[in-house]
Amino acid sequence: MSRPSATSNRKLIIWLMTGAIGMFGFGFALVPLYDVLCEQLGINGKTQSTASTYKPMTIDTSRVITVEFMANIQQDMPWEFTPEVKRMQVHPGELVRTNFNAKSLALATTVGQAIPSVSPGQGAAYFNKTECFCFNQQLLAAQSSAALPLIFYVDPDLPDTISTLTLSYTLYNITDKGYVGAVEQGAAK
Amino acid sequence: MKHLWYSLLGLLLAPPIFAADMPLNMTPGVTEISGKVFGLHMTILYICCAIGIIVFGAMIYSIINHRRSKGAVAANFHESTKVEIAWTIVPFVILILMAIPATKTLIAMEDPSDADITIKVTGSQWKWHYSYFDHDIEYYSLLATPRAQIEGSETKGENYLLEVDKPLVLPINKKVRFLMTSDDVIHSWWVPAFAVKKDANPGFINEAWTRVDKPGTYRGQCAELCGKDHGFMPIVVEVLSEADFDIWIEEQKNQATIAAAATEASLSQTLSMDELMTQGEQIYMARCAACHQPNGMGLPGVFPGLKASAIATGPVTAHIDIVVNGKAGTAMQAFAGQLTPQEIAAVVTYERNAWGNDVGDTVQAADVSQHGQ
Amino acid sequence: MNTTTREANMDAAHIEESNEHHEAHPTGIKRWLFTTNHKDIGTLYLWFSFIMFLTGGAMAMVIRAELFQPGLQLVEPNFFNQMTTVHGLIMVFGAVMPAFTGLANWLIPMMIGAPDMALPRMNNWSFWILPFAFTILLSSLFMEGGGPNFGWTFYAPLSTTYSPDSTALFVFSIHIMGISSIMGAINVVVTIVNMRAPGMSWMKLPLFVWTWLITAFLLIAVMPVLAGVVTMVLTDKYFGTSFFDAAGGGDPVMFQHIFWFFGHPEVYIMILPSFGIISAIVPAFSRKRLFGYSSMVYATASIAILSFLVWAHHMFTTGMPVFAELFFMYCTMLIAVPTGVKVFNWVATMWRGSLSFETPMLFAIAFIILFTIGGFSGLMLAITPVDFQYHDTYFVVAHFHYVLVTGAIFSIMAAAYYWLPKWTGHMYDEKLGKLHFWCSVISVNVLFFPMHFLGLAGMPRRIPDYAIQFADVNQIVSIGGFAFGLSQFIFLALVIKCIKGGEKAPAKPWDGAEGLEWTLPSPAPYHSFSTPPEVK
Repeated sequence: MSRPSATSNRKLIIWLMTGAIGMFGFGFALVPLYDVLCEQLGINGKTQSTASTYKPMTIDTSRVITVEFMANIQQDMPWEFTPEVKRMQVHPGELVRTNFNAKSLALATTVGQAIPSVSPGQGAAYFNKTECFCFNQQLLAAQSSAALPLIFYVDPDLPDTISTLTLSYTLYNITDKGYVGAVEQGAAK
Repeated sequence: MKHLWYSLLGLLLAPPIFAADMPLNMTPGVTEISGKVFGLHMTILYICCAIGIIVFGAMIYSIINHRRSKGAVAANFHESTKVEIAWTIVPFVILILMAIPATKTLIAMEDPSDADITIKVTGSQWKWHYSYFDHDIEYYSLLATPRAQIEGSETKGENYLLEVDKPLVLPINKKVRFLMTSDDVIHSWWVPAFAVKKDANPGFINEAWTRVDKPGTYRGQCAELCGKDHGFMPIVVEVLSEADFDIWIEEQKNQATIAAAATEASLSQTLSMDELMTQGEQIYMARCAACHQPNGMGLPGVFPGLKASAIATGPVTAHIDIVVNGKAGTAMQAFAGQLTPQEIAAVVTYERNAWGNDVGDTVQAADVSQHGQ
Repeated sequence: MNTTTREANMDAAHIEESNEHHEAHPTGIKRWLFTTNHKDIGTLYLWFSFIMFLTGGAMAMVIRAELFQPGLQLVEPNFFNQMTTVHGLIMVFGAVMPAFTGLANWLIPMMIGAPDMALPRMNNWSFWILPFAFTILLSSLFMEGGGPNFGWTFYAPLSTTYSPDSTALFVFSIHIMGISSIMGAINVVVTIVNMRAPGMSWMKLPLFVWTWLITAFLLIAVMPVLAGVVTMVLTDKYFGTSFFDAAGGGDPVMFQHIFWFFGHPEVYIMILPSFGIISAIVPAFSRKRLFGYSSMVYATASIAILSFLVWAHHMFTTGMPVFAELFFMYCTMLIAVPTGVKVFNWVATMWRGSLSFETPMLFAIAFIILFTIGGFSGLMLAITPVDFQYHDTYFVVAHFHYVLVTGAIFSIMAAAYYWLPKWTGHMYDEKLGKLHFWCSVISVNVLFFPMHFLGLAGMPRRIPDYAIQFADVNQIVSIGGFAFGLSQFIFLALVIKCIKGGEKAPAKPWDGAEGLEWTLPSPAPYHSFSTPPEVK
């Protein structure tokens, strides 16, 4: 007589357990989901982490966007790291090249990773980089320096309310973190 | 029973009577936005009070009149779709009325139009760093309240815990844009008078802006728990007239030239042990004692002690290196950008010779400067 | 449902075991260690939660003593941060949640006409792992470097790169608490779904059962997310992952999104059962049926659903696009509607009733008023532009203590008074109860109301020392805090007195009370309903 309902208990428990385990998985699924949402919607000023391709497009010469560059160096990073120009005027759709200058002050080889962030965050989705040193880890030999290239264009669809885009890089020292595939830059002076 | 309710109400109103010198309401601030925010706050407060009076009024009425001790007999109703619909829709309408001004204010706050001045604000444990984007001016801003006041051996000053060595300086009537970021954990830059509170996230930048109407000194604090001394990283903003601001900018540039010359000169100087120790102690107490403690013992398990430590009594280059470059993945910051070579030399000398460490060596500015700075 | 399925719902082993129980219970410590009885386990949960309430309270006293005047007097800032952190964790996971689980254990089987919970052995485990979790958490305070000091919200990277060595213990204890809560929730769901008495249809369920059912689903949905996020903290700190570390492509703000995805439903986990309790007590002492039963059920369900759509209102200052800020602001404001419906229903229940004011009713009335005040400040906090001024100040502290202390905890007190006669078989001392109520309600307002002013005047939360302008109000707050803390010993004395003896309680000590639990004798028999009652 206990058969039918012991099964019904068991069934329910299995369902609920599956739900709980599923939600545990969902917690982790939020990580890639968040990245996708950030890149699409520009939450938190994240830009895409891979190169975009530039298709020739009409350059909107009637609009001028001010692009500002900013560099932050984490305190344990023994590099000098500065944008070549702090501020430039670009037209949406125009492909622009600039550099960040890096100079290692360290006595040994160091590896850096630059993390980009765009403000205002809504602008991030319209800031396209076709080439960026931030896509790779950068390796500098002791006391050497390099010009790190950045090629980008501003999407002509950039909302009208935005007239200034600030691109900030935070440079992290990842020498101790077991880097892989770092790109060696520059030559020792 | 009735008088108990009254005494309860009386208690709710009591704090305003006791505390005369603290403002009891939000500040209307000194910007257009902060004024709007204050207005919004008051509107919603009044709406809440009105709803509260109606709801609690009905309840108190029934508590007074519908009590069994007065012979009240319970009515029988327990449902009314009409009433239920009414008190779903009415609050909904009130909410929409609240949402309209709130949305307008929010959109005004998030205005990304061009700014006149851009300042990068960087939080780190436990100080702020300001960098003027268009001028080569940057500096740290640290708590200026002496430890003796905090520990109670000195009378607390008027601006206890709300004073810094070097305030942020802004002009009036200019749109100032702040770009917030952090060197370590999350901090939050908050000045109530501007209605600006924005998190400083490590690795990312965040934006906020203000346009101040009135010159004056405005004070705020870090608003996001950022570790041990979260309560000790105030923000002070000095707002000047436009002319005064220009003068200030010039002064800063001159001072920077003088400081650079002084640093250059210090490289060829040799200071005596006593001079280094005196200067070193001052700097140690201001910059190092928060973690390593005034007695050099540190906090076991949190911040290492320096007394008889391997670093402070070991090879001098390693000691200079950790002060100059910091230690990755720990709270030990790189002081290369925060202190001059001369100051680092003094503080290293102090650490090597205080608390019975007695290594006996002196470090000079030139030694520090040679260390890959 | 018929008798046979109900009987069968307890698994076979338990039935055998429980038959033995009819003859002789094991005594002493073994009775409690091995018990599978819902009342024993309920009692264990309630006592455990009371001990945790006092432990967390002691930490609050340390906090209030340090804040009694400006300057650093008693504790150093790092220890102060540990106190605020562990106070929060203990009160949330150790006091409020276990108290509700305890009430669920005691009451749900009696309310739905079941002999016991559906899964008695799981019930035993879900309780007995809790003391281990909290022993681990509390012992971490004595480790070198101290216990968790990053706030109960443990924002990365403060809780990863910059946290003390004891963080692994913190993570482990959270895992255990989570497992315990999930097991408890599964038990509640299975019991309610499968073990209702014949005729107990969904829309006849007492609201306490309804609210707990919804709470249980919330628990199952979000506790695993919390387990996930603490696991990420663990691997970030010890195993080199970088979920929250920008250097490795992570994002510290993502921590807050995941945490609050758990955190906001968690807030409702701590308040929905309160709604159920108040909805039982107010009609009982108004001698009038609850107004709008079905709208209460729908309101509870809609609050639960909305709770998944509002998490980012805790993080407006982290920098979000305007459309996201607007979305979360609107959704949060929307929660005011179903919450308002509940408050209106309670007031309408009292309206034209025949009210009497025994201690449970006093606590219930205080709950309605003070919880509503917490609701008002919650609505104010929802308004994004103004939230920039309130966020992370004492205004927030005041808000969540109004909803958690005068909300959740007052409802638990009300429940304890209301059902004590059923649990112990004795009436509690009404005079002592009223004394406890008045001491608590006055001191709690002296404690928390002035915090609104502190927040508006600009005092940030989680600081061990403050500017001198805040000194007077902090002193008042601290005095209120000490008084509130001391008042709780009246409650302890009252409960002990009531267990030991007192006037014999009839089966139904409250003339207006409704529900199956009042058809059982007081104290309730070891197995609630051996033969299922008929519900008409």
